[in-house]
Amino acid sequence: MKVLVTGIGCVSAIGTNVNDHLLSFQEKRSGLGPVTLFPTNHTEPVAEVKLSNTVLKNKLGLPEQAVISRTALLGMLAAREAFEDADLSGVTNLRIGLISSNSTGGMDLSEHFYPEFRQDPTRGNLHDIASHDPGDSTERIARLLGLNGFRTTISTACSSATNAIMLGARLIRQGILDIVIAGGTDALCKFTLNGFGSLLILDKTPCRPFDASRAGLNLGEGAGYLVLQSEKTSYRKTYCTLAGYANANDAFHQTASSSDGNGAYLAMKGALEKAGLSPDSIDYINAHGTGTPNNDASESAAIQRLFGNRIPPFSSTKAFTGHTLGAAGGVEAVFSVLALHHGILYPNLNFNQPIAETGLIPVTEYQTGVSIRSVLSNSFGFGGNNTSLLFRK
Amino acid sequence: MSKQTIYINSIASTLPDTQDSPEFVPGKQVSIQEPDYKTLIPDATLRRRMSRIVRMGVATGMQCLNKFPNAPVDAILTATGYGCLGDTEKFMNTLLDNHEQMLTPTAFIQSTFNTIGAQIALLSKNHGYNNTYTHRAFSFESALLDAILLLREEEASNVLVGAIDEMTPTVYEILKRLGLWRNALAGEGANFAILSTTAIPESYAVLEGIELFNGTYSAAEIQERIHNYLVQKEEKNVTVLFPSDYKKICGEYPTAMAYAFNTCCKHLQSGEIKTPILVYNTFLGNHSFIFLKPV
Amino acid sequence: MEQLIQELKASLIEALNLEDITPEEIENNAPLFGEAGLGLDSIDALEIILILERNYGIRIANPAEGKEIFYSVQTLADYITANRKQ
Repeated sequence: MKVLVTGIGCVSAIGTNVNDHLLSFQEKRSGLGPVTLFPTNHTEPVAEVKLSNTVLKNKLGLPEQAVISRTALLGMLAAREAFEDADLSGVTNLRIGLISSNSTGGMDLSEHFYPEFRQDPTRGNLHDIASHDPGDSTERIARLLGLNGFRTTISTACSSATNAIMLGARLIRQGILDIVIAGGTDALCKFTLNGFGSLLILDKTPCRPFDASRAGLNLGEGAGYLVLQSEKTSYRKTYCTLAGYANANDAFHQTASSSDGNGAYLAMKGALEKAGLSPDSIDYINAHGTGTPNNDASESAAIQRLFGNRIPPFSSTKAFTGHTLGAAGGVEAVFSVLALHHGILYPNLNFNQPIAETGLIPVTEYQTGVSIRSVLSNSFGFGGNNTSLLFRK
Repeated sequence: MSKQTIYINSIASTLPDTQDSPEFVPGKQVSIQEPDYKTLIPDATLRRRMSRIVRMGVATGMQCLNKFPNAPVDAILTATGYGCLGDTEKFMNTLLDNHEQMLTPTAFIQSTFNTIGAQIALLSKNHGYNNTYTHRAFSFESALLDAILLLREEEASNVLVGAIDEMTPTVYEILKRLGLWRNALAGEGANFAILSTTAIPESYAVLEGIELFNGTYSAAEIQERIHNYLVQKEEKNVTVLFPSDYKKICGEYPTAMAYAFNTCCKHLQSGEIKTPILVYNTFLGNHSFIFLKPV
Repeated sequence: MEQLIQELKASLIEALNLEDITPEEIENNAPLFGEAGLGLDSIDALEIILILERNYGIRIANPAEGKEIFYSVQTLADYITANRKQ
């Protein structure tokens, strides 16, 4: 049974809806800038969504005084766009599920709560901590969209949303659900900024994925969701199919990727096998490409191992959006679907010199009119959690 | 719902100190017996970094794997409602104390929700499918559902499924202020099981079905729902376990269902319970049934 | 130098949670990283960078620089002696 993509929605530093993103790519407009969301000592660039929580609430028709994490607000905005894009509002006779994901739940609000609480455990506004768990934002998205059916939340660090989309497709294929809204959301917060800072992998300048001089990643925030639908249901339009997917574990180190990119290789290979395709049928790879020396070397090695000397066009979009962590797989799945649908390739910003060991050169210009039938989208997370999705016309 | 029979072939749990029903004292913390960490996690490099919840989860997971004769498993699924909160808090404290400077990464790395599943993969050199669910009282249930899918898809023959939640002083205090301990015991635990498509002499039980639903229901409505579920399953003589039946022993925590699941498996294997068992769980508007049968 | 070495061993044991290991068991010239030595890894390297910064005022911005400096307790002590600010 085919799983169709019938709706898309995303928000990131380069746009608050799908169309904004296309414009930003075309104009090579990166979303990186200084941190404005919270006071911090960090001066590394980040990619913030250019909407305050108040504006987000207004857009969503929610009362301004409501205590809702930014993680949930971003998720609601993108999930609603996907929901409306697939014209699901009147659908009542089908089993609709919601599979969302994030890496740190409502941490942006926990950061309000905790400093007061640790001084005096009777203090700190309880509303600020009630959304700490990753499930909270999912429940809120479900309520906003009026969904009463199956919902769950995945949290596997930076591959979270990719795993959510993969589960969605599997539930449809097994006949358990007819329609799934799947993706992920994450808001920038002090916790993750300092966390990645402590790992010494934040680049002080805009990140340079796949470049020889790359020196780390930039964090971002956002949300991205797909509407997946069984081909047996009726739909207004369809972008493409989700033809393959696979998750594999690198089982090498808690944070570092193996030098041969074994987990990444297994994930990409697994997605191809699931789709019944050979490597030469891939027309574009939206790479994980964080800009850290380790990831890009490992991912390059995996790509080379799988594709040999016929490397398809590939690029990382993270110099535009920053690394949106738990949302990355959702946001980049939307980009992959758009690449396929419109025949476009995204530039990998800030690339000058290939990595010596692999010599791989990403796409550096925005290209249109490209014939694309199959796209791979990669997301790799802490704990060696590697997932690839394969979208096909 | 299952087209093929799914067997539970190994279980491991951190058991509460008291297995019979003690006097009910609201808000009392259930203490558990922690496994022998050094034997179960012999790699000192890995073990030394692990916080309590990570040790608890990894050791219980490894115990479950070690007891399983048909290892290795093809996939590792974990579930946690709260995640590694001790590490989260530790990193947050250093962040505040040091004003965002000179932070050590270990606590941050381990605060990630999938740490336990990842460490089990690392220790058992497992390159297979690895996923982590964290949706309140649906966390463990979602992992079970994923395991059922993997077995049905023939992507796996044996799947490790586990759930871990830890009661830290901070969680206790916050939930107390939220009123949770007015009529509940504070619980925690690590509970792992292996689901397989083939029976072995050690098989504990058969997983017959799982159902998840949402909303607010009266006790009568839940009774009716259970009745309808059993009618549909064509089962009459069934033991029904309500949350109060097992939470009076393991306490309240998002993945308490995993404790009930393992306990039922044990009783079905020993013959202590001879009928099929339906376990009901509910927490914050998430409801679930798990239906188990003797092998 | 001997005092610095003892101090370093104690800091390493504490910061890296090296349970079951006493300062005497860490040989001055044995490799800290990899299977042959104490079995430390890239996360430990980040912890050592902090020990240098916090206790000796030495900043290493890029973990890759640390490779030779962090080879053994002896190489660490030599580097600290040559570069310490506090």
